[in-house]
Amino acid sequence: MHNTKTECKGLVSNGVSACAGCGLELIIRNVLDVLGEDTLIVIPPGCAALFCGYGDGTAFKIGGFQGNLENTAAYGAGIKAGLEMQGNDHTTVLCFAGDGATLDIGLQSLSGMIERGDKVVYICYDNEAYMNTGIQGSSSTPQGAATTTTPGGKATQRKDLIQIVMAHRIPYAATASLANLTDLRNKVKKAKETDGPAVLHIHTPCPTGWSYHPSKSIEISKLAVDTGAWLLYEYENGVVKVNYKPKHFKPLIEYLKLQGRFKNISEEKVSSIQQDINKRFDELKVRGELL
Amino acid sequence: MAAYMMLDGNSAAVQAIKMAKVKVISAYPITPQSSISEELSRLVRDGSLDAKYLRVESEHTAISAAIGAQLTGVRAATATSSVGLALMHEVLNVASGCRVPIVMPVVNRALASPWSLWCDHQDTMAERDSGWLQLYCENVQEVFDFVTMGYKIAEHEDVLTPIMICLDGFFLSHSMQKVLIPKQNEVDEFIGDYVKKNTYLDPLNPMVINNLTSPEEFTEMRYQQKDGFDNAAKVMDKVFLEFEKKFGRVHRAVEGYKLEDAEAVIVTLGSMSGTAKQVVNMLRNQGKKVGALKIVSFRPFRSDLVNEMLKGIKRIAVFDRTAGLGSQGAPLWHEVCNALEESNAVVKSYIGGLGGRDISLETVLNVFDDIMNNDSKNKSPVWIDLKDNAMDIRQVKKDA
Repeated sequence: MHNTKTECKGLVSNGVSACAGCGLELIIRNVLDVLGEDTLIVIPPGCAALFCGYGDGTAFKIGGFQGNLENTAAYGAGIKAGLEMQGNDHTTVLCFAGDGATLDIGLQSLSGMIERGDKVVYICYDNEAYMNTGIQGSSSTPQGAATTTTPGGKATQRKDLIQIVMAHRIPYAATASLANLTDLRNKVKKAKETDGPAVLHIHTPCPTGWSYHPSKSIEISKLAVDTGAWLLYEYENGVVKVNYKPKHFKPLIEYLKLQGRFKNISEEKVSSIQQDINKRFDELKVRGELL
Repeated sequence: MAAYMMLDGNSAAVQAIKMAKVKVISAYPITPQSSISEELSRLVRDGSLDAKYLRVESEHTAISAAIGAQLTGVRAATATSSVGLALMHEVLNVASGCRVPIVMPVVNRALASPWSLWCDHQDTMAERDSGWLQLYCENVQEVFDFVTMGYKIAEHEDVLTPIMICLDGFFLSHSMQKVLIPKQNEVDEFIGDYVKKNTYLDPLNPMVINNLTSPEEFTEMRYQQKDGFDNAAKVMDKVFLEFEKKFGRVHRAVEGYKLEDAEAVIVTLGSMSGTAKQVVNMLRNQGKKVGALKIVSFRPFRSDLVNEMLKGIKRIAVFDRTAGLGSQGAPLWHEVCNALEESNAVVKSYIGGLGGRDISLETVLNVFDDIMNNDSKNKSPVWIDLKDNAMDIRQVKKDA
């Protein structure tokens, strides 16, 4: 058995059982590399739970707790409170949950955590469906994407996590992507240093669920950002900052056409999603410039 | 010196939680538990309790945050009632499975539907297989004593199992009674500081808790919990004796009342036990040989003690404050039947006191009247305080 204490370079073991090309694995390695070993992690059931391990083995060099699907933020808040009451104000408490555990079933406990001002870093790795249970649609599944519960393509728009947490006047929130690792790592650092709750929403390419070749995860991430399907921005102390402002987005179809989940999407749908993207981007830019 | 105070049940629970020096409180209001949440927040605000108060957005978060906090090595407190306990259900099993010895007062209230604000035991009975210990209180002094002893029992290294201290909504939670409260240093000596054991979250000594467990190990981990329950029975008996020695009050996992020559006995849980004892006195004055058996520890259920104490009793009436729908009898009745060895006693299930209906002297008299005089072989439970027009109440009837 691989000994995580002595043999892994970072805080996550080599040889984990993630799918080939898994975006989540790259993200969790980078996140923990930035946060360091003075971190306790809470992970709900889902893809990331495989890092908690199986039986008496774990992929982590740090301490952690595998919670339930809907209460990651609640466990995180309790852990932080327990540490604080013992005079520990240095350990980072990291909640690391997928889109279903965040935007569907976990939205209430996350909202409570932010409203109370609990100093917890909450990261949503968003692979845009319930991937670990077999690619069922979530409220963060993008419009038009086929999943096992949206076989004809999802009819409705996705929820917008960062806009929801911004409505709580959260101290720090940001989107991030593997398309720009430096930006992602900077945002993790900012989240850690925030004196209060911080939420990161990280686009997480999933070759298994999105039906593309595992070698293309970074290319897909970059196309998501270049087409505006994933907008990079942050919200810090009430100010919106758009991190990536191309003069023109690439046509959305360049991102969609690489993924099997969009193979049956109609031209009209692509065009309407494209319009939504432009509208969202314009709203963000206006907000960023006004504030 | 210890001092007498006039307290209701909820305040007695708060007093015991305060004296246990909990460090994190995560609470959500629900009738009739709310005053526990309120008083704890006041104690934190005025500085008389050095704790962090998490004003959470649900009972689900209340118990989850308490688990997270306690895993770091401090006592964490929460409390609930009724549908709040039901909302906690999923996470109650995490607390017990991860061996997090939380002490939680549960103010008993009926489960919806129909909606009721008032007492019965369906909320805690629905959690009897959740892996928590359960003690039921007869009066306000017991609320204080059982919460205090709860820490010593639950946190014992051979037990490491969370515990519910069940107090009847309104009958105890809002009933003012004279309670003897010990001094802080006496409580400190009795329960000591919290020491984290087995599983904990410490960045300097990292472990990952509660990951996926294979069929190769799951059964054995459940068995370890079963072992914790077996140990809890022994530890509880010992703690009762230590408590008696230190504070002078006598508590037992199962308490008999005038059983010696009794021919008929009523078995009770919670605040109805006082009423039952009074009826025993009334009937004894009439020359009737009756007694009462109060179950304090429902989990673990002390079959050994129940069998011993009911030995030779010919007629046993078991009073459940929950309906036990679809079963041959209600939960306490099942436990008592199962406990009796080599007994040819008549053991009948009585259901009453639901949704806040008072269990009056008359109710208990009716139970004794039935168990002593009704020789019918019908094994169905007796709904002892049911009104005659039960089937006419708010029935939606179609015209013929």
